[in-house]
Amino acid sequence: MKHKTFLWFFLPSGMAMFLFIAMPIVSVLTQSVYAPHEQVIREVENCTLFGCSKATQIDQEATRALRDAEPMGRFVGPSIYTDRNHLAFAEIAEIWRNASGHGNFFGQVTNLPFYDALSFTLTYTALVTPLSLAFGLIIALAVNALPRLFRGPVIFVSLLPMIVTPLVGALILFWMIDARGVLGAALQALAGDPGLSIKASTPLMWTMLIVYGVWSSAPFAFVIYYAGLQTVPGDTLESAMIDGASRWERIRYVILPHLLPLTTFMALIKIMDNFRVFEPIVSFSAGAHAKSLSYFIYSDLGGETRLLSSAAATSVLTIAGIIVLISPVLVRTWHAFGRVRA
Amino acid sequence: MTISLKRLFQSALFSSSLLALSAGAASASCGDIAGRVSVVGNEFPAIHTVTKAAATCANDKVTVKANLTADHQKINLPGMQGNPAEYTSAIIATSSITPLLNGNVVRPLDDLVAKFGQDIPKRQLITVNGKVVAVAFMANAQHLVYRDDVLKKIGMEPPKTYEQLLEAAEKIRAAGIMKNPVGGAYATGYNLGLEFINIYMALGGELFKDGTPTASVKNGQGVAALELMKKLTGYMNPDFLTHDSNATAAEWEAGNVALMNFWGSRTGVLMDKQGSTPEVYENTKVGAPMTIGGGKIPATTLWWDGWTVARNIPDADAAATFVAMKTGTSPAILNDATMGQAVWMIEGYKPAPVNQGVMLTMESGAKPYPMLPYMGLLHAAIGENVARYLSGKADAQTTLSDIEAAYTAAAKEKGFLK
Repeated sequence: MKHKTFLWFFLPSGMAMFLFIAMPIVSVLTQSVYAPHEQVIREVENCTLFGCSKATQIDQEATRALRDAEPMGRFVGPSIYTDRNHLAFAEIAEIWRNASGHGNFFGQVTNLPFYDALSFTLTYTALVTPLSLAFGLIIALAVNALPRLFRGPVIFVSLLPMIVTPLVGALILFWMIDARGVLGAALQALAGDPGLSIKASTPLMWTMLIVYGVWSSAPFAFVIYYAGLQTVPGDTLESAMIDGASRWERIRYVILPHLLPLTTFMALIKIMDNFRVFEPIVSFSAGAHAKSLSYFIYSDLGGETRLLSSAAATSVLTIAGIIVLISPVLVRTWHAFGRVRA
Repeated sequence: MTISLKRLFQSALFSSSLLALSAGAASASCGDIAGRVSVVGNEFPAIHTVTKAAATCANDKVTVKANLTADHQKINLPGMQGNPAEYTSAIIATSSITPLLNGNVVRPLDDLVAKFGQDIPKRQLITVNGKVVAVAFMANAQHLVYRDDVLKKIGMEPPKTYEQLLEAAEKIRAAGIMKNPVGGAYATGYNLGLEFINIYMALGGELFKDGTPTASVKNGQGVAALELMKKLTGYMNPDFLTHDSNATAAEWEAGNVALMNFWGSRTGVLMDKQGSTPEVYENTKVGAPMTIGGGKIPATTLWWDGWTVARNIPDADAAATFVAMKTGTSPAILNDATMGQAVWMIEGYKPAPVNQGVMLTMESGAKPYPMLPYMGLLHAAIGENVARYLSGKADAQTTLSDIEAAYTAAAKEKGFLK
């Protein structure tokens, strides 16, 4: 393709990417290094239905003068990133000096809100990504082995977890694992502990969220793998069979290598998806036990007093996290692409 | 952080209930006004009554619109920051007025009160630094809700203190009547934060160092408040950290709970015939809020709901809004159907039995919820960290230090602390 043709071809998508991807990132970056002005507080007397009391108020006149001088807000540089509610450098140094061992050190670090959210987000991504791909592949192989007549209905049923809106799907599960729900009560009976509650225990809540993550995203992997399976060359499979390869060997040496590019593609998508896990935490009311980076941003924006700079800083850190996580896959794809061209 | 599942669910499934209200000819009481009235507020029966009555002022010169949604707090500030503002009035409560005051979007009402509102009783006027910023029309508070039949079975009077409540809870459990007889909105975030604040203030604790924005909860009262909460949760459904007000009401209606500190505005739901058996709703009674450790201050806070007028709107719209909202909260709105909807702070209001709890709270010397510019930040920090304590992840001292540290970082960002 000529360079000029390519340019015109690419221009609309380029514009869209600039407007909807680059600009928001620049805006978030800017927001994260500016904070609201120092508020001039003055003492006032407030009177309500319940009598008068001493209180404080923002002196709007004085604050307006500050705002007019610096309309962008107060430039704070990286200080939001390093404060206690984010990377907490000072606090970590302090913990490092006083911690009595590695376990104690990590325990105290994950007590800090950002690292608490990060630890769940990473665990979730690390487990849900491979597990949902593996389950998707198993379902695809099983469906592919079915007689044609049954495939349609089975595919439909397998896709249900993906069709249900995440919020609703998670809510259904939320009530099932309630201490008085079907799954919750069954678990109590199995464990022989009538006081057992999934919603009250941090490890069980993490497990539940991960199970939900796999349940809701395995169908995506299944559909893609199932489509991929239709393209496996029949003669290669046949010759493998003639060579006496067992079913497992055919999967291991023919099908899996054939599906590798699809796996790379899905791993990329799923890492990005799982790293911004959010809905199940809301639906499960799991905030006390598990927080993700996205949930952390939501908390900052959902409170009565909105913490925009804090939310922006966490967003930038989330973007950075995703880049770090997907870079090995990207580098690998880049090399593979280079080999094909060469 | 307040994260109500119901709220998110509602906003996901239904768009907010945008009502275009029109009610025929103008009533005489609205007088000579012309302009645009656009109200944003929370969504519950009492507020519907107010906006419907305000809409009677609509005619060919006055338009009245109301957007009532549980998400009102997310949209009222942005909706009032423009010039002209989208909303000419926001219906708010004790804590939700603070962001509007901080954002300087609320119009001082003194001149409008002088011109149109001479007949509004003085006590309804909410003033900050001597300037009227809102007009209150109802009061709300948390107070004791108990099951009469269950307390009779164990031979105890309704508890007046948290110590008596714990004693009653132990007896109910020991008698095998209920496994977890205590209820409460202890969901992580806003609900839990408020419970701590209630108890901490009843123990005589001060949330801030004398008049400054510096938080101070790391003290004896803080530890005592956490310890009492832990004792109470020992008698609660183990899922208590997921129970917001809705889930708590559901637990009550299911007959699983006999004692709790709960919102007056929600007791109507517990006492009506829907959603529970006669055994539960006939025996649901309300009482004064409880005190702790021989103290005089009950463990609850007083709340008002009221309306404001936006700053960034033309004077004519402001006058129309003032008159429409005044009509919406006038004694004329009170009738048999509306009387029990709230503890109306309007002349002519006669409390129904369901509202007795809030009336008792107002007489009990309870403190109002603090109306401070940085209160929301501390509330959020408390709500997050108390959950860590109750789920056993941090001890009391660490929790209290964490609350102060999380608040300090947020308050520095917002420019309240240097």
